[in-house]
Amino acid sequence: MALTNPVAIVKGAVSLIIGLGVTIKAFFSPVVTVQYPRVELKISPRFRGHTKLVADKDNPDKTSCIVCGMCEKNCPSGAIVKVVGEKKEGEKKKTLTSYILDFTTCSQCGICVEICPVDALAFSAEYNRAVFTREGCHFDLVKEFEKRKIH
Amino acid sequence: MKTINNIIELVGWEAIKLLIGLIGVLVVVVVNALVLTWAERKVSGHMQRRIGPKEVGPCGMLQPIADTIKLIAKELLTPQNVERPLYFLAPVIVFIPVMVSFVVIPFDAYLQVKDINVGILVILAFSSLSVLSILLAGWGSNNKYSLIGSVRSVAQNIAYEIPLLLALLAVVLMTNSLSLRDIVESQKGLWYIVSQPIAFLVFFIAGVAETNRTPFDLPEAESELVAGFHTEYSGMRFALFFLAEYTNIFIICAITTTFFLGGYHGPILPGFVWFFGKTYLLVFVILWFRWTFPRVRFDQLLNFSWKLLIPVSLLNLIVTGGILKL
Repeated sequence: MALTNPVAIVKGAVSLIIGLGVTIKAFFSPVVTVQYPRVELKISPRFRGHTKLVADKDNPDKTSCIVCGMCEKNCPSGAIVKVVGEKKEGEKKKTLTSYILDFTTCSQCGICVEICPVDALAFSAEYNRAVFTREGCHFDLVKEFEKRKIH
Repeated sequence: MKTINNIIELVGWEAIKLLIGLIGVLVVVVVNALVLTWAERKVSGHMQRRIGPKEVGPCGMLQPIADTIKLIAKELLTPQNVERPLYFLAPVIVFIPVMVSFVVIPFDAYLQVKDINVGILVILAFSSLSVLSILLAGWGSNNKYSLIGSVRSVAQNIAYEIPLLLALLAVVLMTNSLSLRDIVESQKGLWYIVSQPIAFLVFFIAGVAETNRTPFDLPEAESELVAGFHTEYSGMRFALFFLAEYTNIFIICAITTTFFLGGYHGPILPGFVWFFGKTYLLVFVILWFRWTFPRVRFDQLLNFSWKLLIPVSLLNLIVTGGILKL
């Protein structure tokens, strides 16, 4: 029986004190909780959120999309619902007017980003979007691009 | 006629003094419970590197008040088939002995409701009554978890009352008095923690067991017994058990301070600051235990008391007596 062995009692007592040391160290260590809605963690640059349109290098007001439709054709889930553009007067290329991404089926595989011939697509770092309807997940990337431009 | 008046005056003064003391005790009990619920959650948070309550008031300090309002506002549910008188009586009985113990504790040189010459006996007698209410609650609830919890509690309290008493007896041998104030006064030079370290250890361990705190929290054991003896209690009745538990913690720490840490003695600061400082330091140690030590098994619990604490405290008593006789 351990309780009749003085060596075991002393050993046990020492182990208890070591345990107390561990918890008191944790007590005085900094808190690791992040107060989420008020403070957000920095997202890794390789994080795959939903796709977003990237501004053109030469003309930051516009996307570099040429409305080739490669992303739409290559999407394995059919998540890219609509890529529409129009040719405006006096311009050589088509301009993108609507780009609808159905995020309910998108699996963030990244084929659209890889296949884009002009690198007009990239992953956003947004991870906390909430919607109330299924249709809310149909993101219009052009509108979002315009919104980003204003801010 | 004059003597009768004198007697009435005398009794009246004593009664008024007791009444004021009782109100003071009530305030201390309630404030202590509020502070301890907050401290418990804050300490447990930081030991797990969380923040703990922070939304209600600065640093979450108003959280206990919000909790109290919630508990008071809750409906008092009475399950079917409970033993009604016992079920209703238990939360009341658990609270009264706790209040009595406060009467004899010397918070400062002149801050004591009444200095009784058998003070320590009063505290031990009344604090062992609280196990009766736990038994009543467990029996009256008509619930197997409650019953198991309360039976465990009784076995545990019987086992740990003995080393508790024997440890204090060693100090009483050195002081030759059962009055708490005499015991504090005799520690002016040297605290008994220095001359009686084994008694201190035994008393504190047994005290933690008496208050049903981890690692000796078998009567409530959340993981096995739902909530032990207070499984069937809700609202204000549960709050009374809660209040009694925190007050018991305070009393055990206060007695430890009185007996071993020199009570209100200390340089510069006023006595009651020293007293409450030492007491709450011990309370912190008990909270610290909770997040360090896992719950012991029941046979380990009883073996620890009967095979280790009681022989050691008896030996300590004999050695103390022998040295004093020399």
